Amino acid sequence: MSDDALWTGELRQETLVINMGPQHPSTHGVLRLLLELDGETVVTCTPIIGYLHTGIEKNTEYRTWQQGVTYVTRADYLSPFFNETAYCLAAERLLGIEAPRRAQVLRVLFMEMNRIASHLVWLATAGMELGAISVMLYGFREREEIMDIFEAATGLRMNHAYVRIGGVVMDLPDGGLDHIGDFLAMMPGRIREYENLLSKNPIWLERNVGVGVLPVAEALSFGVTGPILRASGLARDVRKDEPYCGYETYEFDVPVREAGDCYARYEVRIDEMRQSLRIVEQCVERLREPGLVMIEDPKLRWPAELEVGPDGIGNSQRYITHIMEESMEALIHHFKIVTEGISVPAGEVYLPVESPRGELGMFVVSNGSNKPYRVKIRDPSFVNLQAVPEMVDGGLVADTVAVISSVDPVMGGVDR
Amino acid sequence: MPVERIEGFKTGKDDADAEEELERGLLLTTLDRSVSWARKQSMWPVTFGLACCAIEMMSTGAGNYDLARWGMELFRASPRQSDLMIVAGRVSQKMAPVLRTVYDQMPEPKWVISMGVCASAGGMFTNYAVVQGVDTIVPVDIYVPGCPPKPEMLMYGILRLHEKVRTEGRFR
Amino acid sequence: MRVDELAAKVRARHPDVVVVRGEATVVVERGDLLGTLAELRDDPALELDSLSSVTATDWPDRDPRFWVSYELYSIAHRHRLRVQVGLAHDDPSVPSVVGLFPTANWHERETYDFYGIVFDGHPDLRRILLPDGWRGWPLRKDEELGGVDTRYQGAFIPPVDKRTT
Repeated sequence: MSDDALWTGELRQETLVINMGPQHPSTHGVLRLLLELDGETVVTCTPIIGYLHTGIEKNTEYRTWQQGVTYVTRADYLSPFFNETAYCLAAERLLGIEAPRRAQVLRVLFMEMNRIASHLVWLATAGMELGAISVMLYGFREREEIMDIFEAATGLRMNHAYVRIGGVVMDLPDGGLDHIGDFLAMMPGRIREYENLLSKNPIWLERNVGVGVLPVAEALSFGVTGPILRASGLARDVRKDEPYCGYETYEFDVPVREAGDCYARYEVRIDEMRQSLRIVEQCVERLREPGLVMIEDPKLRWPAELEVGPDGIGNSQRYITHIMEESMEALIHHFKIVTEGISVPAGEVYLPVESPRGELGMFVVSNGSNKPYRVKIRDPSFVNLQAVPEMVDGGLVADTVAVISSVDPVMGGVDR
Repeated sequence: MPVERIEGFKTGKDDADAEEELERGLLLTTLDRSVSWARKQSMWPVTFGLACCAIEMMSTGAGNYDLARWGMELFRASPRQSDLMIVAGRVSQKMAPVLRTVYDQMPEPKWVISMGVCASAGGMFTNYAVVQGVDTIVPVDIYVPGCPPKPEMLMYGILRLHEKVRTEGRFR
Repeated sequence: MRVDELAAKVRARHPDVVVVRGEATVVVERGDLLGTLAELRDDPALELDSLSSVTATDWPDRDPRFWVSYELYSIAHRHRLRVQVGLAHDDPSVPSVVGLFPTANWHERETYDFYGIVFDGHPDLRRILLPDGWRGWPLRKDEELGGVDTRYQGAFIPPVDKRTT
């Protein structure tokens, strides 16, 4: 460029390459975007991932089958029940067993409540990133109600190792159903509150309508699943197409929109929260009859009888008396299964579930030993992020933030 | 679990350093005390949420377990405007240089809380991908264990840090 | 379509089909891979047009050593099929399916990152999850879990499978 250009005021046309992330308030975790900008317009966008790679898949190969639950649950950390259920269903398919009916209903109950909790975090962070900061506080307020239920039932607010191979590890506490009933009574009003706040809000509409449009053909070619695909027009939901855990017996709808933009994804997720509430109501009805929550086969079941005490989960006093004083056989089983683990027959299984972000698949390979041979987590956000350049190119930088928050990636699942 | 100790490897402060600090501190007590009080009253964290602990950190900042009562609800995005880094989550090998860069960009005085067992010691992920303890990269003031720690545990850690800052009495 | 019908249809052209636990798996040769996938996608009765996942498993004491698995799903007919290709230890390369299924882009990069399997024809084959300069293919069975070089306040923690307690 010559010195003359400086004085004649000629415009220089070159693109600016800037880095967004990995430490950034709006990238939903440690996502790094390399944006090539022409002024405010994004020319190309390259997502770079791997900043949260934890080696979960390699670690599961060195731990027993039951311990694998605790590793897998921390992959997509906003939907721990889904990770656990997919893994346990895959292991159960390899073993050729089925969890008892009540355990299946509990799994569905907690998965749907997890879906609501995850969508609340999405709403909170999406609102905050676009400037509606009070939505953050509302979303987390409701989420605390759900966390209370999780804590009462499983002992932990997050990353509960609740779903185990053969069922679930504990039944609901006394008064648990009433607690959930109170939550069900309160939640629809709150969802209406969010809609009143956002759905016709001119700023929300300006920032979301027509932004980040993904046509259904592109979505399918990128392998996108979940609310993004449903907002683009295709009603694909693993719960309806390949039901598991008894989903074919529940009545619920799959919300679909045609527009394929950020606003459509917002509407789909709000409707999904309502449908999840419907499913939770049906679960609560089914849980009124008692039943077993873990299979009875002593060689496979998780031996402990846990209950939530003052300092967390532990074996119940009655169970400790049973194994220490009453039954030697029970003690031996407990010891063997907890230390050595169970042996799962050799084979391969791919099991998809519908997580809040899309199709979460678990490809589990066993070689007959007491440790998994290979656990591959097909994470929905990993695949959905491939569609981000398509949605962002040609838009403004500010729209990038709106698009990322509507894709709702959880980097723990993306990077594993 | 057996842990081998390696001869001659030492970190942290020893007695000589502590005495020197005490001497310096005695000269400026009242001013020191007010400065320390001011520092702890509104410490602004930088957003460094990485994984599951980040969600618990956000819950701590939200309405139910309000961090605003201690003036800390404002999580600054830029490290240049913050004084506290709460490393919330597992630090992968790829993220470690970024962590160090963000730490270096924070102006003095700065403190680090290592939240969760993954940040404190690698957690359950003793493998090739996770840095086994963020104190191998940055100096840590408070370790908050838990997987993830409940918001109340994080608040306790923050309050202990406030105590530490208030009673430190050194001009830094 | 039910699994046995699907298996019968596929077996007509590719004899190596197994149905176990309600899942159908077909094993093909590396040279036939692209043709097979295109066929499975375009056949109106099968229409396996959605690729869910591409991954690999390492069986070091078998030959072929690496087994790459492609999970196919049909949105119209709602059935699944797994396609597997075996790769030898000294030549772990396989044609890339990005031309047929663009979603395979990052899946293949991840498989390359973990196992060192080269996908010929991939537009941008480089590491995705591990740092760029990482040496080694961590998920292979002959690689250590790690924890070997971790030093924490003067302590040395051996990896999981080598601890004695």
